[in-house]
Amino acid sequence: MSLLEVRDLRVSFPTADGVVRAVRGVSFDVDAGRTIGIVGESGSGKTVLTQTLLGLTAGGQVSGQAVFDGTDLIGLGEEQLRRVRGAQIAVIFQDPLTSLHPLYKVGWQIAEMIRAHDKSVSKKQAAQRAVELLGRVGIPQPAQRVKDYPHQFSGGMRQRAMIAMALSLEPKLIIADEPTTALDATVQAQILDLLLRLQQDFGTAMIMITHDLGVVADIADDVLVMYAGRAAEVASKRDIFYKPHHPYTKGLLESIPNSSAAGGRLRPITGQPPSLINLPSGCAFHPRCAYVMDKCLTDEPSLTPVAQDGFHRSACWLPASAAGLSAEAEDQRRRTVGEGRSVAAAKIAEAIAKSPEAEGSVIA
Amino acid sequence: MAFASFVIRRLLLGVVVMWVVSVATFLLFFVAPQDPARLLAGKNPSAQEIANINRRLGLDQPILVQYWHYLIRLLHFNLGTSYFTGTSVNTILKEDLPPTLSVMAGGAVLWLIVGIGAGVLSATRARSLVDRISTTGVLIGITFPTFVVGLLLLFLVFKPLNQAGFHWIQTGYEGPSQSIVGWAGHMILPWITIAAVSAATYTRLTRGALLDALGEDYVRTARAKGLSERRVLYRHAVRAALTPVVSQLGVDIGTLAGGAVVTETVFGLGGIGQQSLTSILNGDTPVVLGIVLVAALFVVVANIVVDIAYSVLDPRVKLS
Repeated sequence: MSLLEVRDLRVSFPTADGVVRAVRGVSFDVDAGRTIGIVGESGSGKTVLTQTLLGLTAGGQVSGQAVFDGTDLIGLGEEQLRRVRGAQIAVIFQDPLTSLHPLYKVGWQIAEMIRAHDKSVSKKQAAQRAVELLGRVGIPQPAQRVKDYPHQFSGGMRQRAMIAMALSLEPKLIIADEPTTALDATVQAQILDLLLRLQQDFGTAMIMITHDLGVVADIADDVLVMYAGRAAEVASKRDIFYKPHHPYTKGLLESIPNSSAAGGRLRPITGQPPSLINLPSGCAFHPRCAYVMDKCLTDEPSLTPVAQDGFHRSACWLPASAAGLSAEAEDQRRRTVGEGRSVAAAKIAEAIAKSPEAEGSVIA
Repeated sequence: MAFASFVIRRLLLGVVVMWVVSVATFLLFFVAPQDPARLLAGKNPSAQEIANINRRLGLDQPILVQYWHYLIRLLHFNLGTSYFTGTSVNTILKEDLPPTLSVMAGGAVLWLIVGIGAGVLSATRARSLVDRISTTGVLIGITFPTFVVGLLLLFLVFKPLNQAGFHWIQTGYEGPSQSIVGWAGHMILPWITIAAVSAATYTRLTRGALLDALGEDYVRTARAKGLSERRVLYRHAVRAALTPVVSQLGVDIGTLAGGAVVTETVFGLGGIGQQSLTSILNGDTPVVLGIVLVAALFVVVANIVVDIAYSVLDPRVKLS
């Protein structure tokens, strides 16, 4: 049994303009200690999906199941949810500057979370634990920095502090919601590397929400590609990069910018993401799809296996044999993930070379 | 060190502000149509009588000379004497400040409690019964003119209670030196009156700031940390919403120090407000100048205190 089993999760928000159907029947599993990358454009429902797990989507109508460690989180009482939040499932948000309370010291904010779940920990012990955690995430002189306010930290250090907070109760699952999006490119790789290392140390499972396939390449085991509130494709990381099936996944791969590819052209996915109030008929991706067929206009495909293993599934009417890369995407892939050198390693090497004032201590 | 230099700099600036205020008020009273000598001289005075009075008050001298004399006295903390009663302005202020300060302090405490309380309720329980009752109450408070609230309290609370033999609530002013309870009995209705009028501002301010704060990422973080909803609301959201309330409080306290004319009059408290009204009508320049300077002092001090409070409330604010 998986640590988290999400089945047919649906979330919609009634608004004055109509019902916003943010998540429309998504199922996936997260196994203990593994990382699933949830990829999609803004508005594809990836953030709503994960916030729903913790009951943080106020005003949403939720149906479906999300069984975490034997308990269905959907419909759980407020007090039971509160005990899960932070202690069992911790969240790392996108912008650490706005996500930390500006008026409280960093250490206090970490200690507050520890004591919220275990009253037997004294204030002093919690503060001591905060210092240890800050040291663990690579913040130099943690005993002093613990008394700083968030605005006295740099962007990367703030995100390190958020990670320290997320780890403070050794949760079974961490949801990282675009944890590197608000950070400088040089810091991003350090943060990803830190997350990866700590995840291995703690044996924590992780849901990594991102719009950046580069992040997925660095950190995920499995990938869920979301489009318009539904799963477009689910596969192992290898299959997503080497044998993508859904045209949307292919489009994402072809639109990865890569600075080392001099003269290479980006192929953007044409058109706009659909309105979640008035969805296109049939497959929600059909207005933007290069392979659109008659069937796509009327019938919405659901996830079907496209490989022998049965794990690689795609919600597309194209035959299973369509899995694989276009010539351009193949080229792009080689530049992005190929040559036996991970993007993370390249980015870190670049970061070390570029940053003389080293963001905290670089863990290479 | 930064703190001391901040306070010293702001105090010096405050002295400049008060000097400007004193000059402006002084000039204003010379162009105003009142003629204190004529008012003092009684019916049908002769030109000689008026000239004598003007000479006695020093009003026959050029304005610059008069101002010079005034300034010299001021540097000795002597605010001069009233044209009409001959009492020193220092004494007048000493008598009139306590009622005004009493109204101000108690009123501010009350309107903060009511205003912030109603603001929090209406932000967190929008459209509930509690929200409706509190917003309606606050609306009534702001809609009614001060004197109506005051008179209503006199007729609906003070009169029936005293007729029923319950004498704690009184009008007039009695200092707290004899009995705190007695003082509060005299002040309770003025406090309610002042609070009724001001609480609405604070309710709206708190409601707006709290709704903003509740939408902030750090409140979402607080929930995701597994804190109780109560702690999320008070320790995280309300704490962040208090800053604008404090700055408004500074402004209001400063303004009130100039006297709550209507409230003081309705309840017969005496006080700075009532005194300034009489003095302005009589053209009693020394008294008016004294009151204006004291009020300016309060505004200056209140502003410094607000800035210090700001830096205490928000670690991102540096005193400079």
